[in-house]
Amino acid sequence: MKILILGAGQVGSTVAESLVSEANDITVVDADAAKLRLLQDRLDLRTLAGNASHPSVLEQAGIADTDMLLAVTQSDEVNLVACKLAASLYNTPTRIARIRASDFLEREEIFNKDNFCVDFSICPEQILTDYIVKLIEFPEALQVLEFADGKASLVAVRAFEGGPLVGKQLNFLRTHMPQVETRVAAIFRKDRPIIPQGDTVVEEGDEIFFIAATANIRSVLQEMRRMDRPTKRVMIVGGGNIGRRLAQALEHDYHVKLIEFNRKACEKLAGELTNTLILNGDGTDEKLMQQEHVEDIDVFCALTNDDENNIMSALLAKQGGARKVISLINRSAYVGLVQGGKIDIALSPAQVTIGSLLAYVRQGDVAVVHSLRRGAAEALELIAHGDRKSSQVVGRRIEEVALPTGATIGAIVRGDEVIMGHRDTLIQADDHIIVFVINKAIVRKVEKLFRVNLGFF
Amino acid sequence: MRRALTVIHALGLLLVLFSMTYVLPLATALIYADQSVFLDFLLAMVCTASLGVLMWLLTRHFKGELSIRHGYLLVVGMWTAMPAFATLPLLLVLPGLSFTDAYFETMSGLTTTGATVLVGLDNLPAAINLWRHELNWLGGLGIIVLAVAVLPLLGIGGRQLFKAETPGPMKDSALTPRIAETARNLWLVYLGITFACMASLKWAGMNWLDAVCHSFSAMGLGGFSTHDASVGYYNSPRIEFILIIFMLLAVMNFATHFMALRARSFSVYRSDPEVFPTLVVILGSCVGIAFYLWWQGIYSSYWLALRHASFNLVSIATSSGYASVDYAQWPIFAPLWMMLLTATVASAGSTGGGIKMIRTLVLVKQAGREFIKLLHPAATNPMKIAGQVVSNNIVFSVLGFIFLYFMAIATLTFVLLISGMDFISAFTAILASINNCGPGLGVVGPASNYQGLTDFQTWICTLAMLLGRLEIFTLLILFTPQFWRR
Repeated sequence: MKILILGAGQVGSTVAESLVSEANDITVVDADAAKLRLLQDRLDLRTLAGNASHPSVLEQAGIADTDMLLAVTQSDEVNLVACKLAASLYNTPTRIARIRASDFLEREEIFNKDNFCVDFSICPEQILTDYIVKLIEFPEALQVLEFADGKASLVAVRAFEGGPLVGKQLNFLRTHMPQVETRVAAIFRKDRPIIPQGDTVVEEGDEIFFIAATANIRSVLQEMRRMDRPTKRVMIVGGGNIGRRLAQALEHDYHVKLIEFNRKACEKLAGELTNTLILNGDGTDEKLMQQEHVEDIDVFCALTNDDENNIMSALLAKQGGARKVISLINRSAYVGLVQGGKIDIALSPAQVTIGSLLAYVRQGDVAVVHSLRRGAAEALELIAHGDRKSSQVVGRRIEEVALPTGATIGAIVRGDEVIMGHRDTLIQADDHIIVFVINKAIVRKVEKLFRVNLGFF
Repeated sequence: MRRALTVIHALGLLLVLFSMTYVLPLATALIYADQSVFLDFLLAMVCTASLGVLMWLLTRHFKGELSIRHGYLLVVGMWTAMPAFATLPLLLVLPGLSFTDAYFETMSGLTTTGATVLVGLDNLPAAINLWRHELNWLGGLGIIVLAVAVLPLLGIGGRQLFKAETPGPMKDSALTPRIAETARNLWLVYLGITFACMASLKWAGMNWLDAVCHSFSAMGLGGFSTHDASVGYYNSPRIEFILIIFMLLAVMNFATHFMALRARSFSVYRSDPEVFPTLVVILGSCVGIAFYLWWQGIYSSYWLALRHASFNLVSIATSSGYASVDYAQWPIFAPLWMMLLTATVASAGSTGGGIKMIRTLVLVKQAGREFIKLLHPAATNPMKIAGQVVSNNIVFSVLGFIFLYFMAIATLTFVLLISGMDFISAFTAILASINNCGPGLGVVGPASNYQGLTDFQTWICTLAMLLGRLEIFTLLILFTPQFWRR
């Protein structure tokens, strides 16, 4: 597939990286030639320096025979114009734009085909914010990923002493909580994947991925570890796009303190937020943290633009007594370095947000893609179409589906119902199937499995 | 000197405009076939108009653009000259009246204070009573605002004038792009609600003259009445209820009324930061004071207590100053609480007096900010009212205003004490004057009036009324050397 990416910022370059590895032809356009050079040094793609909203630049980038346009520059306006041009001048089939301003997002008609012709709009900051909100809601979880409009969730949790399941076989779950349906999709022990069987014994320190109806998350979590007291106080460092959105999302349910270095930015934040205490200061200033009682903080989020600052302030907060610390880290090398140590959760914005883009890029009927374990694994929500003849999955029991090794069907969402994937569950047409893939290399095979044969049409 | 002449030129024009307002009492005199009063008013009108034309003509070479300084000078000039000219019919019709008392009466009318030195109001000629009430009404929204609305030749300077006369700390929120349009809309809303009030009062049983007069003084929150016994004369719950409703309307920002009418929705009132606290404070106080009076055994039933407490409290709190009973006889807590409310509950841009609810909110929030600042020294905590950040400049100007306001009250109270008045009378007289409320307690209480004051004391109260109406800064700025420096 020929893909044109406008903007080589964080979102643009991560998407490019992820798509290059899936054998696509990628062209990246950005105004900053230096950024492009960096990208080209690393990845096998074409780059072009220029203003992404100018038709001449787009033509040069080969928009005429592009299958998909990803307009992910910093500027909403440039993205909108690029989509409009692509639709009206070049008939580009699929157009995706990154839109940040809620003013635009509130008026859906802006995006329809009479106006700016945006097929899908994504807002990485909002996706990241929603992700962090989930983590704050379930402070015990490492990751909470939603499927089928939030009906089912995939939750990652580290098993700790005090959880009834720890030291027992997985079978024990069903006897211990017969009323709650859940399924363990994967276990990572010392960073190595284990395909869970009924007789697998859960050890302390295991990273467990389980799927459950969203309403049941809490009771399953209780099996894995001792529950913390619910989150009440949240401290955020960095009042940028993400910090501000997060504070906005949390300020009515939690006590939120936000530390921002820039005084002007503080004043602006204070104007926009109603219930948040805005503190002007350095996120790595331990005196300020003491003054603001970091020891009482339940969740501490370091969300500045600067990886090193985020790591340092998260470490300081942890040492100061914050219960759970989350640090935003852009450089993937740091993520592996830090996670699981003193910092409870290292968030890679690219990994969190890429899934929503990938879902549009992938062929077949992929509704949701979540990238797991720094891109090594994936959880997909696929929609089954066709009938027993045209499809390789519909009308078959799960054990009959020829899934490649390393992929497991975790659950099926049928209408409003969440059904756990047992061996004898029958797959019907239009089911949403949540598949957990331990190794990204086999994602293609899984997708191919769900594609409908031509006979269907 | 040149500046003063430019201002006198504009002042002449405003006086000609003001002379037009004699038409209403003239018509009243005609209706009541009162020939001598008619001639007196005609004489007053001709005097005012010809003097205005004279001032205008003599200074025509100094016609110029009105700057900020001109604005202050013109507003203060107009607010001292207007009451002076308005005394003419009073002096002509009532020969026994001294200029001091007449000036007090017209100033009290125009500043919407509603304190009176006249007795035997019931027997005054109809035209004189109407004239007094018309002054209340004109002063309510402001004669300069009216001038800006109808005189296009005030031009760009109009905005300065508008700002100098309109009460409240934040005056930049123009409703329409043109200031004249804004002024016109405000007056139309004012006029419309006044007609509604008039019709309701007539329906409730007043005669036409009383209905017109009381609707004028209710909407201006002036509080003049055509009877010595004020609204107590009617002893009618229905009239009292109607007046309460319209006083509460008048104590809100007229810009809010305008926007609500334009949008045809009540949600505008919800987003107005002042409406809710004003109503809560007034209604809470009514219920509480009524309970207090009933508990103290002043009234035999709670409902009777509620009726009297509500009317008198709303009347005093909104700075109208009607009375239906002699509330000075109530235990001192109740009337003092009412006087305190006068100082705080009126909205900016309403016809009420005092420091205004918006400034009260700013002060309360500033106090809260200081606490936050002590607990969290690093906190950035801007003041927000109705979701909007209020800049520190406005907070400082409010603090400055409050300081001057209390200094003015303290100083003028001391002056009255020196002149031989007792403390309660002196304090409440100044409080009632500076808040443009009307009756105080003691010798200036609701049962008596300001007639017993010496000439000196009367002038002090007159000054206090003007200070309060022009919100202190506009008047005092003329006495700073910087104002006159080039």
